[in-house]
Amino acid sequence: MRKLALDDSILLTIDKPARYLGNEMNAVMKEKSQVDIRFAMCFPDVYEIGMSYLGIQILYDMFNSREDTWCERVYSPWTDLDAVMREKKIPLFALESQDPIKDFDFLGITIQYEMCYTNILQVIDLSGIPMLARDRGEDDPIVIGGGPCVYNPEPLADFFDIFYIGEGETVYHQLLDVYKAHKRNHTSRQQFLEAAAQIEGLYVPMFYDVTYHEDGTLESFAPNNPYAPQKVKKQVVSDMGTADYPKKPLVPFIKVTQDRVVLEIQRGCIRGCRFCQAGMVYRPNRERPLEKLKDYAMQMLESTGHEEISLSSLSSSDYSQIEPLVNYLIDECRKKKVNISLPSLRIDAFSLDVMSKVQDVKKSSLTFAPEAGTQRMRDVINKGLTEEDILGGAMEAFEGGWNRVKLYFMLGLPTETFDDIEGIAELSNKIAALFYTIPKDRRPGGGRVEIVTSTSFFVPKPFTPFQWVRQNNSEEFLEKQRFLNGKIKEQLNKKSIKYNWHDVELTQLEGILARGDRRLGAVLLDAYHNGCLYDSWSESFKYDMWMKAFEDNQINPDFYTARERSTDELLPWDFIDAGVSKQFLIREWERAKAGKVTPNCRHSCSGCGCKVYEGGVCFEN
Amino acid sequence: MKIRIRFSKEGVMKFIGHLDMVRYFQKAFRRSGIDISYSQGFSPHQLISFASPLGVGLTSTGEYMDIFVGSSQPSSVMIEKINREMAEGVKVLSFKRIADETRASNAMALIAAADYEVAFRHMPKDVMFGDAIETFMAKEQIIMTKKTKKSVKETDIRPMIYEMSWTGSTVFMKVACGSSANLKPELVMEAFAKHIGCSFDPLELLICRREMYASDGDGWKSLDDFGEEILTP
Repeated sequence: MRKLALDDSILLTIDKPARYLGNEMNAVMKEKSQVDIRFAMCFPDVYEIGMSYLGIQILYDMFNSREDTWCERVYSPWTDLDAVMREKKIPLFALESQDPIKDFDFLGITIQYEMCYTNILQVIDLSGIPMLARDRGEDDPIVIGGGPCVYNPEPLADFFDIFYIGEGETVYHQLLDVYKAHKRNHTSRQQFLEAAAQIEGLYVPMFYDVTYHEDGTLESFAPNNPYAPQKVKKQVVSDMGTADYPKKPLVPFIKVTQDRVVLEIQRGCIRGCRFCQAGMVYRPNRERPLEKLKDYAMQMLESTGHEEISLSSLSSSDYSQIEPLVNYLIDECRKKKVNISLPSLRIDAFSLDVMSKVQDVKKSSLTFAPEAGTQRMRDVINKGLTEEDILGGAMEAFEGGWNRVKLYFMLGLPTETFDDIEGIAELSNKIAALFYTIPKDRRPGGGRVEIVTSTSFFVPKPFTPFQWVRQNNSEEFLEKQRFLNGKIKEQLNKKSIKYNWHDVELTQLEGILARGDRRLGAVLLDAYHNGCLYDSWSESFKYDMWMKAFEDNQINPDFYTARERSTDELLPWDFIDAGVSKQFLIREWERAKAGKVTPNCRHSCSGCGCKVYEGGVCFEN
Repeated sequence: MKIRIRFSKEGVMKFIGHLDMVRYFQKAFRRSGIDISYSQGFSPHQLISFASPLGVGLTSTGEYMDIFVGSSQPSSVMIEKINREMAEGVKVLSFKRIADETRASNAMALIAAADYEVAFRHMPKDVMFGDAIETFMAKEQIIMTKKTKKSVKETDIRPMIYEMSWTGSTVFMKVACGSSANLKPELVMEAFAKHIGCSFDPLELLICRREMYASDGDGWKSLDDFGEEILTP
């Protein structure tokens, strides 16, 4: 039996010890003397969040399919264990072998959101690995980062040896082969990193120098090593039909956020909403073949025993085979007594029919994401959803028995006026009013409608047409929120509308890090030393400690958010070729300002630049 | 048909709480492909009921649950099928048919006593366990503060201790277990420590549940003995 890294006296006094045990069904155990490469895969948040992420399951399966590699998992210790590990000087360990991370060849960290950056530092620190890449020695693990936030990795540049830009399925095998040769030939860490830098999609931040203008903007960004390319090209799986898929996902003992089989039906999105980074950087849209998905679904249900399956994609309704897929799942899951959950479906006759079959209408609610309150504003953001779509969908839903509706909007979108904000209140009211046009005796849900209107604050992200825009400051955001709250209270059906909002300080920090540069590394390190950790958890978010770190480093956070950038400014992420060209983004930004809608990829090609990847929707016709 | 399953829970699995064990078995039964029965309704769930929750940190070689199945192969085959889907530390030990399918025959309804064995990480010095247990058991009353979810009250736990002895290296006890009277082995050890004028760090005790019983006339009948081995398909 394995010896655990933590003894009983610790495990019996911390919350949810199962987070640190490993031993889950489908966890992969290998003999460490029989492998060449030990890879620790990390999601820098608590176990329940990290275990819910499909990307790690894909790479875990893919790496462990190699005989020469053992991939294990590690998550952020929760604050209770964090304190114990520091006090007792227990090094961070991987779940499967319970061995210290410091003994591994790689520490791979997926970077899913900006608010996990201090947790990344925690993982490196607790592992006993030098925090700064330049301080690491020959025996330290290679720290490699991936995930959506690496489309601007610069705030984290000091802490990583390598960033992997794009989808993990393409060049990881190549990197592992290069590493194996490095280990066999006893070449230096520097030589290995130089070899890695030559692999397409890999970015070694140490090999680049940055200079700044006096106003703080970038002056130059250039390689300082002959093996480092000028531009790093995003990696994309061109054929999803042959891509790896984990047929035996891990089954945790404790309830995690995604306690179900996750079926990724496609990558990318045809829609091109201008605020959406995922919709831009995961281009081109690529579907997995229907027959493969049916097969994966059945295999995963069998290998996990999960009682629920969920579809995953940015916009499931746009999957061209959605009807046959959902109908198949409904039939099979009924036999197996498995529940189906269908997020991100557009509300229409088909989806309502499907939802009434798979869920209890009385207990569930419908979700619309109009994102903006007026048609003008929706045209600016290229959200191709009209008021008729929303009202038509809502009416059908009410007639189908639903009486609960959730609406998602953003505040602070570019060109937004107070009329657009008032539009949110009016749209919420119209939906409520629509419900009361139904004759009393035919109204569902006890005759009352419940509308939950939620707003988040818009954060401009790299590689979107809005990457240049000024983000609202906290005062502006709060004023808009108060204004909307007041307008909702003026509506005739105000009693049927509940208004939820998002935290403004968290939004500001997200905005700073999203479009930050290398100089933020020092701030990040100080914030971490000031005690910032688990920033995405409101109970542990310490905004004042963050602001102190900015002050101590004499960095004005407004530089990153409250400033409109010119389209000819050199941006910290310009060295990445993310597929979408700068000309396309500028074109889209101009069209946004003119309120012009751009058709979706299936309707016509808008020449974004992703056709070079030779796959998916670009080649459907 | 109603089935009683006996299983063990050891090793790292002792850190998995009761509700997570329920979820764990639900998924394991699905994976094993056994013909378990489901409730009616919009979201059907498996018909499983556990005898008595085991505290986190305790191990057991005598846990019980009752399930319903539509069909069954011989017990030995079913045990093998389920054990193929078990994580290290959990093992199904028996799979028996219960002829009486009423609620009264449920493990949960029957259970009245449990055996525990308590070992020490570090053997306490200068304790004559045999003699001390004898004088402990000779007491007429043992008043302890018993905490439940709802209340804290002074209780005489002596009537709930049916047997207690020293095996040479561990403490054995048979105590009340179930819905009408329930006594935790930790509390017995606390009372015993008080009796001999010392205290045991709860983290020093390694407690293992060995068996669960229903009362049977003047004696006890193991929950396992209510079932019959399934021999033919």
